[in-house]
Amino acid sequence: MMPELADIPNDFIRGELDEFVEREDERTELISLYAAAEPHLLEIAAAIIAGENGPADELTKGALERGSGALQIMDDGLIAGMALVGIKFRENFIFVPEVLACARAMKAGMAHIEPILSASGVEPLARVIMGTVKGDLHDIGKNLCIMLMRGAGFEVVDLGVDTSADEFIDAVEEHEASLLGMSALLTTTMPNMGRTIEAFIDADLRDDVKIMVGGAPVTPDFADEMGADAYGDNAVECVEVAKRLVGVAGEPEIV
Amino acid sequence: MSEFLERVSAGEILVSDGATGTYLQNNGLEPGGCPEAFNAERPDVVQGMAAAYFAAGSDMVETNSFGGSRYMLAKYGLGERVVELNRLAGELARRAAPTGRFVLGSIGPTGEILEEKGGTADAAEMRDVFAEQARGLAAGGVDAICIETMSDVTGEMTLAIKAVKEETGLPVVATLCFDRGPRGLFTMMGDTPQSTAEALTAAGADVVGSNCGIAIGDMIEVISGMRQATGLPILTHINAGLPRIEGGEIVYPDAPDFMAEQMERVVAAGASIIGGCCGTGPDHVRAFVSRLRDPAA
Repeated sequence: MMPELADIPNDFIRGELDEFVEREDERTELISLYAAAEPHLLEIAAAIIAGENGPADELTKGALERGSGALQIMDDGLIAGMALVGIKFRENFIFVPEVLACARAMKAGMAHIEPILSASGVEPLARVIMGTVKGDLHDIGKNLCIMLMRGAGFEVVDLGVDTSADEFIDAVEEHEASLLGMSALLTTTMPNMGRTIEAFIDADLRDDVKIMVGGAPVTPDFADEMGADAYGDNAVECVEVAKRLVGVAGEPEIV
Repeated sequence: MSEFLERVSAGEILVSDGATGTYLQNNGLEPGGCPEAFNAERPDVVQGMAAAYFAAGSDMVETNSFGGSRYMLAKYGLGERVVELNRLAGELARRAAPTGRFVLGSIGPTGEILEEKGGTADAAEMRDVFAEQARGLAAGGVDAICIETMSDVTGEMTLAIKAVKEETGLPVVATLCFDRGPRGLFTMMGDTPQSTAEALTAAGADVVGSNCGIAIGDMIEVISGMRQATGLPILTHINAGLPRIEGGEIVYPDAPDFMAEQMERVVAAGASIIGGCCGTGPDHVRAFVSRLRDPAA
């Protein structure tokens, strides 16, 4: 039987989900996720959604101490929390300051999880290179994307701002990344996304990596025209697009 | 009261200028180059830009100092030249200004997020950064300071308004950038046009408004919202639409005549100083001026 809202063993999350998640497909997905999770992991998710740093830290530590697996804590606690945060953000229920608080709470929890995962050889969803393109010094949007990407289980290498095509290429090769994300805020630096993609073609590496682009002036048409694999309108879409590109979001059309 | 504020407060409809970055790039600024460095390297171009806008009929121009804060200039290794480059920005525009026209010293965002908003920037340090830039602009002889394209009205913008006032005593124009989301028009930090106008009024701005980010239709909605919440004069600098790509080139779709026609609605919504942002140039200003001066044409 399909789980229902009432099956979620956490009052706060039940209320948040009921109030802020309006799309039917997302309600169904999140209800199944939360209804199946252990109550003490949902408390971690609740701390993330509330943007509470201290509790996220303590609860994650506590969950490990009582024997929950690191991967399960990450999926049912940390990532499960950020999933609802992302939806609230996309729908204008919360804005940048709240998302930053939630991301910080998630980071506090991840600090306990990451060493265990890497020691046990658990692979991330995918390894991703991200940066703002050459000539552009803006990074607020890119940083937000990176936080949500990490919150969704990606390993992200952040190249910062003013990143040349060569730097993108070197990083993709060095980290054997399967995904590259480029950002630009200025219309004048936006064409450097296209130039970077051309550089990947020239270096014969274009087929090795999926490329996604975003930033205030960037449009789907522009992304198409310059040969990107995908465009994300905002940080939440960035995560959705990334999942689709690496084939983990139920639509594995590209693997 | 300053002549600028007197005329604005009297309700006179005034025309501001158009984009700066676009103009400079058409005149030798490399993409990704530091626009403010041009104040020292190519003063002819910067002064020529102000002259071109005044010739087109602008009642005021903005200085070439949008990214002139220490935070931004330091990214180009020019962090020690804040006062000099801002002073030059003011002087160059001033030199081009006919009597009775105004120069607004432009201050853009720092690119940082305050600690209180979840970022890393220290409020006291950010306050000093704004004060330093304002000092340079004031030394360059500007009539007012225009703090623009901001996203954080209660944090960064409020800090900037207070710093500029304390440091220079100049009139302050304060404009925010909005984005259309699924629930309406908001700043990145979540303020509405109404709450933004209230916060700006409380912070002591002399003129409030909005610039960049959205096309003219949405901007009219922003202006109406602000008008409901404040009695202060409203300024707006509007993009020539949202950029798109045509044949590899970036094109702003809204032509001078179209924008000029719409400006009547912008004024009816409550703005009394109108001008252009990204993608606009002297031709847009010329069209705004002729439409306002001779609406039947």
